[in-house]
Amino acid sequence: MSLFTDPRWGEALSHLPDYLGNHVRVSLAALALGLAVSLPLAILTRNRPAPRGILLALASIVQTVPGLALLALFYPLLLLAASVTLAWFGVSFSAFGFLPAMLALALYSMLPVLRNGITGLNGIDPALIEAAEGVGMTARQSLLIVELPLALPVMMAGIRTAAVWVIGTATLSTPIGQTSLGNYIFAGLQTQNWVFVLFGCVASALLALAVDQLLGLIESGLRRRSRVRSGLGALGIAALVAATLVPTMGRSSSGYVVGAKTFAEQYVLSALMRDRLEAAGLSAAARSGLGSSVIFGALKAGDIDLYVDYSGTLWANQLHRTDIKPRAELVAELKTALAKDDITLLGELGFENAYALVMPRRRADALGIRTVADLAAHSATLSIAGDYEFFSRPEWAALQKAYGLQFRAQRQMQPDFMYAAVASGEVDVIAGYTSDGLIAKYELTALDDPKRAIPPYDAILLLAPNRAGDARLQAALKPLLGKIDIATMREANLRASGNDANSSPDAVARWLWEKVGGR
Amino acid sequence: MSSKLAISYQHVTKRFGSLAAVDNVSLDIAEGEFVAVVGGSGSGKTTLLRLANRLIEADSGTITVEGEDVRNVDPVALRRRVGYVFQSGGLFPHLSVADNIGITPKLLGEPAAAVAGRVDELLELVQLDRATHRDRLPEALSGGERQRVGVARALAARPRIVLMDEPFGALDPLTRDALGDDYRALHRKLGLTTVMITHDMTEAILLADRIAVMRGGRLLAQGTAAELSSSSDDYVLELLRTPRRQVERLNALLPMGGAA
Repeated sequence: MSLFTDPRWGEALSHLPDYLGNHVRVSLAALALGLAVSLPLAILTRNRPAPRGILLALASIVQTVPGLALLALFYPLLLLAASVTLAWFGVSFSAFGFLPAMLALALYSMLPVLRNGITGLNGIDPALIEAAEGVGMTARQSLLIVELPLALPVMMAGIRTAAVWVIGTATLSTPIGQTSLGNYIFAGLQTQNWVFVLFGCVASALLALAVDQLLGLIESGLRRRSRVRSGLGALGIAALVAATLVPTMGRSSSGYVVGAKTFAEQYVLSALMRDRLEAAGLSAAARSGLGSSVIFGALKAGDIDLYVDYSGTLWANQLHRTDIKPRAELVAELKTALAKDDITLLGELGFENAYALVMPRRRADALGIRTVADLAAHSATLSIAGDYEFFSRPEWAALQKAYGLQFRAQRQMQPDFMYAAVASGEVDVIAGYTSDGLIAKYELTALDDPKRAIPPYDAILLLAPNRAGDARLQAALKPLLGKIDIATMREANLRASGNDANSSPDAVARWLWEKVGGR
Repeated sequence: MSSKLAISYQHVTKRFGSLAAVDNVSLDIAEGEFVAVVGGSGSGKTTLLRLANRLIEADSGTITVEGEDVRNVDPVALRRRVGYVFQSGGLFPHLSVADNIGITPKLLGEPAAAVAGRVDELLELVQLDRATHRDRLPEALSGGERQRVGVARALAARPRIVLMDEPFGALDPLTRDALGDDYRALHRKLGLTTVMITHDMTEAILLADRIAVMRGGRLLAQGTAAELSSSSDDYVLELLRTPRRQVERLNALLPMGGAA
């Protein structure tokens, strides 16, 4: 199958109106807000060195914060703000999706606009500003008739830089719940769907180029005082906005939103649940690629209606518990605790996706390692890799304490690359996931945990507070409960990690339903 | 002086930090007069000029323009009714010749058609060809043409007073001579009061009715060229010696009645 006949291009294209529309809307709104704040600030501070210096320093600091972190920081910030407005004024707003993404991106756009604005205005020959005053212009007229037109090329260069930055960085707004072209990239990276990754990158690059060229057209129109040119540029931007608004207008907003975290299993499960809801005649959409710290809050706030989480994760992160209980007991206690927040724990899916220490089967056999306790004797000469959060999680501390693990080196890795790394001997042991299909594919083995240092991680289905009494929803999801055993989920995950048309989350979800639907 | 005063400085002082740029200067300029203010760099002559239309505010003393204390006049309105010609033109590079000339009438709210008509009149007045120059940008003009546009712009709102800050300083001698003569003719024809800053005593003597000499912020002397020549101040006499020496040497070097 050639690259060009790959059906995944078609699938990618079918998402384009939604992803591109959301991307354009959040980028242009952020840019507009950034300009509305930065341009007046640049004008106000152009002749005041002290505030100007402070402002530029602040904008530079913002710029040094990595885009992903800046976007992620706005979520808890807005959650806090929302709870404050709720307490003081009785109104709340969603801290999820559009708002945090727009605010963070607007902040991100400020530096080039401010710096070029100030540079452009300060670079004007003082004799001309004097001349403006001398012919009888007020300060405002001088600004509008002389200073701004003369600073325009430099200012526009800054605005164009900001536009390109914002459009590029907007791809990172997917994990905080804002649909964007980043959905292609996040989903593609997680499911090793390089067609999606490529599609997302090319689409956002083309969008950035198009907006840059349209702004360039406006600039040259203003400079040459050609209404046609600036009109065409403005028309182009307006058309872009209009084109992205149309598809959303027609979409009903009453549907169920199925959340998914940023890994393949979650993409598959959210597609499965969406299919089940649609089969029951309910309209539903998946909101994928949500950060694991964002998704629970989004459910609690009703921004998403349902998603699958894992009992041990909530146990540690939401209940802040460090003790470990047997599977059933832990889920029961969790259910009671979540009910206090009006969140429904509908039930377990049947499999567990726990952390487990994983190493090649052959190597383990050679060393005589079957359990983590056996591993402890060799750990001083071995290296271990885990995902970005593993080494800061309580499980790791518990494992170390229980077995006295002391590795030669530890590394953090993108989860999908860990398995290949341990199979090739790049690292000796990884902290993998028990439901991962790659364990079988690479002939790895998950070591037993006889002291039960790692808590259980049952996959559990959660419903938002406002869906607690929703009988149709619950009826549609019931057939999934208890039906997905670990072997089936591993096979599904293995399929999803493939790099062909049958490995898309949608296709794997259909396969999964065929397997479990009749059970 | 029997005629009315156009501009009057009474004991005017302006300091920049510890430096007195203008130090207790009193000077009267009558209506219709052409006064040249002569001095070296740092003499305070440009500051003196800018005090008249409040581009700079005086620290002490009184300045009146057409009988009114400038402190009681809105500075923007004041500048719109006093023409100002800047050193090296001060033309707005992004505006056409016509838009540069018409700027003050436009600011005063005159209708576009009236402004356009006035621009054509002024182009003729400063002897620029309407068809070739009207829509050009300043960068496409020669130095002399730019300064003619600068003069036209200063005259656009029909001021009775024109302030000129070394208007012809950066021009080649022939252009400078022609422009000086042309402006002098305009001054007479339109009945203007003109105050011109220059560091060139020869130019001052040839164009102005009266000359004020400044040094270190103070007004050393004022009067016609003939009156100044009887001054007791060494600096004033030194300034006057230069053109005289030049004339003597030129007379010696150039054969009389020649083509020049």
